[in-house]
Amino acid sequence: MIPEQKELKPNTNSPLIKIKRKLIEFAVPLLFLVLCIIGAYYARLQPSFLINEIIMRMARNPVLVLALIIPVLAGMGMNFAIVLGAMAGQIGLIIITHYEVTGITGVTVAALIAVPFAIVFGYLTGKLLNRAKGKEMITSMIFGFFAVYVWQLFFLVFVGSIIPMRNEKMILSTGVGVRNTVDLVGIRYALDDIIKIRDLPGITIPISTLIVVALFCILITFFMKTKLGQDIRAVGQNMEIAAISGINVDKIRITAIIISTVLAAWGQIIWLQNIGTLNTYGSHVQVGLFAVAALLIGGASVAKANIWQVLLGTFLFHTLFIISPTAGRNLLGDAQIGEFFRVFVAYGVIAVALVLHAWQKHSAAKNK
Amino acid sequence: MKNILDLAYNIIGLPRLIISIFLLVFLIAAAVVDLSIPMLTGSLLVRVGMNAVLVLALIPAIKAGTGLNLALPLGIMCGLVGAVVAIEYKLSGAASFAVALAIAVPLAIIVGYLYGLVLNRIKGQEMIVGTYVGFSVVSGMCIFWLLAPFKNPEMVWAYGGTGLRNTILLHSSFDKILNDFLGFKIGEIEIPTGLLLFFGLLCFMVWLFGKTRTGNAMHVAGSNPRFALSCGINIDKMRILGTVLSTILACIGILVYSQSYGFLQLYQGPLMMAFPAAAAILIGGASPKKAAISHVIIGTFLFQSLLVVAPPVINVLVEGSFSEVFRGIVSNGVILYALATKWEGGE
Repeated sequence: MIPEQKELKPNTNSPLIKIKRKLIEFAVPLLFLVLCIIGAYYARLQPSFLINEIIMRMARNPVLVLALIIPVLAGMGMNFAIVLGAMAGQIGLIIITHYEVTGITGVTVAALIAVPFAIVFGYLTGKLLNRAKGKEMITSMIFGFFAVYVWQLFFLVFVGSIIPMRNEKMILSTGVGVRNTVDLVGIRYALDDIIKIRDLPGITIPISTLIVVALFCILITFFMKTKLGQDIRAVGQNMEIAAISGINVDKIRITAIIISTVLAAWGQIIWLQNIGTLNTYGSHVQVGLFAVAALLIGGASVAKANIWQVLLGTFLFHTLFIISPTAGRNLLGDAQIGEFFRVFVAYGVIAVALVLHAWQKHSAAKNK
Repeated sequence: MKNILDLAYNIIGLPRLIISIFLLVFLIAAAVVDLSIPMLTGSLLVRVGMNAVLVLALIPAIKAGTGLNLALPLGIMCGLVGAVVAIEYKLSGAASFAVALAIAVPLAIIVGYLYGLVLNRIKGQEMIVGTYVGFSVVSGMCIFWLLAPFKNPEMVWAYGGTGLRNTILLHSSFDKILNDFLGFKIGEIEIPTGLLLFFGLLCFMVWLFGKTRTGNAMHVAGSNPRFALSCGINIDKMRILGTVLSTILACIGILVYSQSYGFLQLYQGPLMMAFPAAAAILIGGASPKKAAISHVIIGTFLFQSLLVVAPPVINVLVEGSFSEVFRGIVSNGVILYALATKWEGGE
């Protein structure tokens, strides 16, 4: 931070330049805000429906995006391997559905079961990323792809044949492999329903889930102020200097990824208790893509992110997600265009952010 | 003795070793479960030919020092646009293939040039940027396929809809145009002569280019930037050249692939196509910093034979279709290995 301010010219304090700087800082979220407003205008959705959808998504999605913050601060870029965290969460859910543990007990037990899995997955990811310093993002992304196929192998072939599991509701009729969809009816809305406000027509507010989200935001903010959090920041700013000042860089990086993976596991559980059905081979696949896109739309970069960007990004990205099919149909006569558009936005925003960040880094290195 | 083994291990490399062992196991298993070897050989030849050009497309990029070009979909899109335009004008046979190429290659040059400009500004992050540039272009083109004003009923959705179909049949245009050229049979094995010849021709051209002054300069720029600088070689220009050549080969590659497959795959079809190609060249013994045509041939052959032999064998053992899972684990595993390894000739 400090060197950046040094480079600024003396007249930076004039209000006009301050505004200009703020505008540049918020350029991406502003652009998407404009897109959302135009989209909302053309989508002509019922306001209560739109607000309800947004509130629901603001409750179920932010924890998955929060999971990305700590690796970013540790200088490891976007952790696309949160897919593995999502898998850990799903393992918890599959186990509690098998033993028919329901309600908030089920959610809690699933969250506890997920932790050891997430720690192991995070440890493996961290180890791998330490071997690929400087190319963490591509490595975490390919590791995510790899894990998706290993998951398929495991749940299609090994469950039922090697790992005994006999629950007719979950296992395919052949006795081997988990069904494509697992009904999570036992824990559906278990967290949302603890405290829920239904006073307004057409709008329900899952206060309890929102409280959990807020708690995670506060926890992460506090965590970054602890010794460990400061070490993570130090590693993120400069690995060599951190190493000289006695920080075990590799260990800190692994810790950052483990925390991210555990958060992603819980985030996936919170998401799925709202969705209500587990798509065994699909629910986790896009988790990394959507979370990363949301965070970037919030104005974060590959090297800087905070809580507010998580919340803003989740809000903008998911608003766009809700309105784009109907807006596409009303504008161009085809709902599919809207669907293609939002996928394009997700990929495109990541591509642009990656190019801009690498460009800045490249020209900074050149100037030295 | 140990030294000889070490030496052999160093030459063969871990990925090639593992894949070869796998292949051997599956071949023995195939013999045990009595699969038709002639049929497998025939389909192997076709699959090697149809995939090899896309793998070959990685060579110029690696040589120019931009690493594994995961933005192959850029070239693939150019190839598909060429094919779609050729079909729109109801061309058939060799003419349709030639016109598709004639439209696709200039497009690929422009696209490759622009992408090369981007790559020069993001040195060191080519793989992740390439991946997402590829993804966003494929998903952006989905909108194009839906909105583009094509009229030919063979390509447009039948029931009054607009937009191109997901898969477009090529039977009236250039289906198997290369495969059947001078094709013949040895016993039960069909030889796709034209396909293999075409691939051989492209390999020869890439090899010949490597022998020219420019080709050599490009290789020096990629393998030893400092030395290249002292020789007065413009590194950035060479990187652009490598990217352009790679994109051109990718657009030819998808046309070769499609004519053999018999369909064009639009929309999300090409999204993941760069990864198996990257895996194949790595299996062949290449690294993100060093590659040769022999790596393309060996790699495609090993990877495709594994994909041809393994699924039927696995299907005998367990029910269901695992070819997709198998391919995903192998190709992503190989790429991961390459990412987590420190290769010689670093920055």
